[in-house]
This record gives sequence, structure tokens and C-alpha cells, in this order.
Amino acid sequence: MTLRIFVPRDAAARAVGADRVAAAIVTEARRLDLALELVRTGSRGLFWLEPMVEMETGDGRLAFGPVTPADVPSLLALGPPAAKAHPLCLGRPDDIPFLKRQTRITFARCGVIDPLSLADYRAHGGYRGLARALALGPAATIEEVVRSGLRGRGGAGFPTGIKWRTVAETSTDRRFIVCNADEGDSGTYADRMLMEGDPFGVIEGMTIAGFAVGASKGFVYIRSEYPDAIRVMREAVDIARASGCLGADAAAGGFAFDIEIRVGAGAYVCGEETSLLESLEGRRGQVRAKPPLPAHKGLFGHPTAINNLLTLACVPAILADGAERYAGLGAGRSRGTMPIQLAGNVRHGGLFETPFGLTLGEIVDDIGGGTANGRPVRAVQVGGPLGAYFPRTLFDTPFDYEAFAARDGLLGHGGIVVFDDRVDMARQARFALDFCALESCGKCTPCRIGSIRGTETMDRILRGERVEANLALIEDLCQTLRFGSLCALGGFTPYPVMSALRHFPEDFGRPRLAAAAD
Amino acid sequence: MRQIGSETLPVAWNEPQAAEIVRRHAGQEGALLPILRDLQAAFRCIPPPAVPFVADALNLTRAEVHGVVTFYRDFRAAPAGHRVLKLCRAEACQAMDGERIARRILDRFGLEWGGTTPDGRLTVEATYCLGLCACAPAALLDEVPIGRLNDAAPDELAVEVGT
Repeated sequence: MTLRIFVPRDAAARAVGADRVAAAIVTEARRLDLALELVRTGSRGLFWLEPMVEMETGDGRLAFGPVTPADVPSLLALGPPAAKAHPLCLGRPDDIPFLKRQTRITFARCGVIDPLSLADYRAHGGYRGLARALALGPAATIEEVVRSGLRGRGGAGFPTGIKWRTVAETSTDRRFIVCNADEGDSGTYADRMLMEGDPFGVIEGMTIAGFAVGASKGFVYIRSEYPDAIRVMREAVDIARASGCLGADAAAGGFAFDIEIRVGAGAYVCGEETSLLESLEGRRGQVRAKPPLPAHKGLFGHPTAINNLLTLACVPAILADGAERYAGLGAGRSRGTMPIQLAGNVRHGGLFETPFGLTLGEIVDDIGGGTANGRPVRAVQVGGPLGAYFPRTLFDTPFDYEAFAARDGLLGHGGIVVFDDRVDMARQARFALDFCALESCGKCTPCRIGSIRGTETMDRILRGERVEANLALIEDLCQTLRFGSLCALGGFTPYPVMSALRHFPEDFGRPRLAAAAD
Repeated sequence: MRQIGSETLPVAWNEPQAAEIVRRHAGQEGALLPILRDLQAAFRCIPPPAVPFVADALNLTRAEVHGVVTFYRDFRAAPAGHRVLKLCRAEACQAMDGERIARRILDRFGLEWGGTTPDGRLTVEATYCLGLCACAPAALLDEVPIGRLNDAAPDELAVEVGT
């Protein structure tokens, strides 16, 4: 009988040795003269257990991890009947507590299937969503997305269905779908995992969007820092085209839709939607003033539905299983699930998809297990480099858009970076301003110049020069950035700066807050 | 065999080759970035004659093309070393002692950020997030991802790049 073994091809799994483990499995199987089928999957997202290897047994798949090449001979010697006894055996993947507690909708197939097998994709529910959309028709498809309550997962949280309706209702001879895969926020990797682990989900989501709004062309804009994701997405688009899922009669649905993969060139600001459109058009990635909205006048001046990759990847499941099921999950006005990404100094770093509403403390302490090195958690930054730093006193904040906004924070793209008690929050505040200076597109003055003046002022504070006067300047500058910038880069840089200053004043030479203070 | 030392020299500008690259993108909308990427793949940087050449081919001004080339960090005015190591300096890697380890790696090769070793074997650059944030600190050596960099990393990298 053929031995079936699954090893991730995900870049983060490769970064910790998955290729070496895969090679060792092939070598050992040859030595033992075993018939082997090695499937390279995406990652399940339990990165402290990577490289995590799965073996098909009579009781389904069993997981092992973290596996090194040296563990391979003992694993293969046991084989499927006895592998359960291997010291690295984690049991069935779905029974691992970190996975068992999740509600995987967007990531249902990631880590399970061969990402480049269309047959695998279909066998795991793929293209059911498009089939239902075709049966409903374009207008009802949009209304289904509206009723699901889906909001943009890139950070702005704008209702996706409303955006699509606007694009569909704007008269034009051409419309576009743009998938924003310029995932530049530190602490986030959900887009990357999906592109590498379930690319046809992205393609199906974009195809449904194209059908719904009447667009025949879609672009995926992927950052150049993701070479693996670029390769997999390009190959998946070629496969989809060759099999008729994309093209003049996409998925035999009677409409034309095709996708082109575009690669960024190392500019963080191109994750901002109007800057991304400029870049796609072949210009400097400088933001556009809004209005006009991209939904009215977007790519090459045509109505454009520009959505984050995670948003588009939610769509097939919403259509396949109905808006009510998706809307039935979540909290407040944040409906459905969010793929939370735990990163930095965290014991159980990985992807945790769950309905909105868990508290920050549950996520960091219970699910993440605290820091990787066992020191106390002092601060977490939520939502990337433009997100606020939260102290432990705010760990009761529920993970939803409005609750975070009420605490002067943002969810962003769902990344959480954990820091231990050695972190210097004044240095983190300085980094936020420096990053803004480094990545500013230069179009508006507060961001272009304010970020540099802010970095210089923070340097004076760090040297202990006229600390109170300079802190007052920082607060004033943050007001200007917040309200005077054209886009979120300048506009949100005050979040990390001001949250660091407010919650960790002792790091800025101010008196420490009383423990109970909030 | 090519000498390693010559790796940092630009590949000589070759107009027919550039014309072929531009031709491959005929009809593509917003083709400037894809063309520049392909030119850089062929010439290891954006050579100065490429700017007027591309401007002419796409009916743009030289200023527009120059503006794009200089806006994006990926486009190089001069070739990088034989291997390029991108070290992540963003928050998730900072939280895992990434700055200290990055400094040790730079010191191991006698480089500052963006520098190239005198033998042209290695360029070390800063990057801000590689999406490997649960395996921090992280790096990308050419296109190979490396996670959980530790104090052994400087010597391991030296063996890998052969310097």
C-alpha cells in the first residue's frame, strides 16, 4: 500500500526546515523500498510545531511535530499502523487544542489539501460558492454578501457588499476586481498562507466578485517579499485557465473573467488601496485623494472593487453555505470569523481563525500561551505597525472592530505581536515614526515631514533633553498627523506612538501609572 | 566560470535584449513595473540607458520613468552582490531579539545595512516583514526563507554564502 505523507510547502514551514524533512522522507522511503506519495500542502498554521508532518493511517491523518530529518527513520519504521506510538505524535490534527478551538471557514482547506490540485479543491467544497452565485444571479449574489455582514479584512472594515453594489451600479464599459495581497503589516501572514495553501479559494472569490459586479478582469497585487506566494498563485492561475475555470467562459458560467498576477516592488504604502492602483497603472505608489472612491473611479479610471485578499477568500464559503450561517457568527457589527495571527514573542505563534468577540487576554494568554521565553507579557501591538500597543490592563477588550476603536486601537489585518517585559516602549514609539518616514509616499506634508520631525523629537526624548516640552510636541504632532494626512500611513502612525505614551509613561521619563489606572 | 568579483558589475546594456523585454509586454496595461522587473532580472539593476529607452517605448517622459525607478526600493541603480540577504527589522522580529542578531550578522561580514562584501559575494539589506512573523527573527536569502535566527546564524550564513 502506498504511504501518504503530508509536509507543508508554506514559506514559514520551509523557513524552519520543511524542505529538509521532505527530502529525508523521500530518501528514507527509497531506502526502505516503500511506495510513497508525498503531498506538499499549505501550513495548518501551528508554527511552533513546524515542520509538522502528517501521515495517513487507518484512523485518518496523524500529525507529528516539530519534525527534524533525524526523526524521519523512526517515524517511517513505525509506519501507519504504529505511528501513534512515536514520541512526536500529536494525534489527529483536528484534535490538537489550538485547532480544535477554531472555526475554520476561510482557512478550512489550508494545510489539508494539495494547493495546486483543482481536484482536491473541488473535493473539499471548492466551486460550490460560484455555482450558487451563478444560480442566484449577480444582484442576488451581491445582496447575499451584504446580508453576511462581511467587512473588509484589510483593516478599514468597510462593508464588502455595499462596495460591490456601488461598483455594479456605476455605469461604465469596464469594471475591475483588484485583490490586495500587499500584506506588509508586521505580525500578519494570513494572506501569504492562503496564497501558498489554498490559491483556488482566492481565485474563486475573485471570480464570484467579477460575476457579481460585472468585471471581466481581475488583478492580484502581491508584494515582492513573498516569492513563494507569487509562484503558487501564478501556477494556480495557469491551472485555472487551462481547465476553463478562468477565461472567456469562466467555469462554464457564461461570463468572461481572467486574472493577472502583479508583483509589487518593495513599497509598504502600496497596501493603501489608491496607492496600489497607482502602482498597477505603472506610476509611483502615491496615494490619491478621495473622492472619487475607487468604486466609482478606480483602476484606469474605471469602477473597481478593490478588496483585501482575506475578504475575497471569505466569499466562496458565504455563497456556498449562505449568508445566515456566516452572519450567525461574531459579535456586534463584526460578523463572521477573523483569522487572527499570533506573532513575535509568543509561545504558540500561529493562525487562529475564530468568530469575533474573544478578549485580547484570551487570545494572548490562553491561545498564545504567553511569551515564547516565559517572561511576562508587557505589551501587544494589534493591527500592524499602525496599530496601538495594548497593556495588560486592557486585555479585557473584545476582538471586534468597534470595541478596539473605543479603546483607541484598531484590528487592522488581525496581526498581534507580543512583547515581553524587556521592551522599551519609547523605542517602539520612535520606530513607528521612523517607519512612517521610511515608507511615506511623500504626497502629503504631515506624513512626509511630520514623521521625520517626530523621529528627531523622539531622539531628544530618548536622550533626556527637555522631555516634557518634547513630549508635548509629539502629542501636538500626532494630532496633525491624525487629522491632516491623506491616508492611513500618516493618519494612523499616532496609534502606536500615543498608545505607548499613554499606557507606558514610565518609559518616557514620566511617572508610572497606578496599577488600577485605565 | 565567472569570477565572483565581477558579479557586482552591471551586465552590459544591450538594446536588442531590452527591446525584446519591452515587446513581451506589448498590450499589457500599466506595464511599466513588470517591464522594469524584467529589465532588472536581465541586467541585475536598472542601467541608466534603460530610463530613456523605456520612456520612449511607453510614450512616457524620462522624468516619469525615473520617478518610478527611484520610488520603489526593489529597483537598484547598481547590481547587488552575488547573494542578497534580507533581514527583517519589523516589530515581530524586534520582539524576538532580531535587532541584536541582525547586528551580529552585519558584524560577521563587516557590513552596514545595504552594504556589499568587498568580494561581491553578499549584500545585506533591511526589509520590513517577510510574513514569517511566527518564526521570528526571519530572513530571506535570495528567495529561501530562514526563520528563528539565533546566535549560530552569523557563522551558518557565512558557510552558506562562502565567505
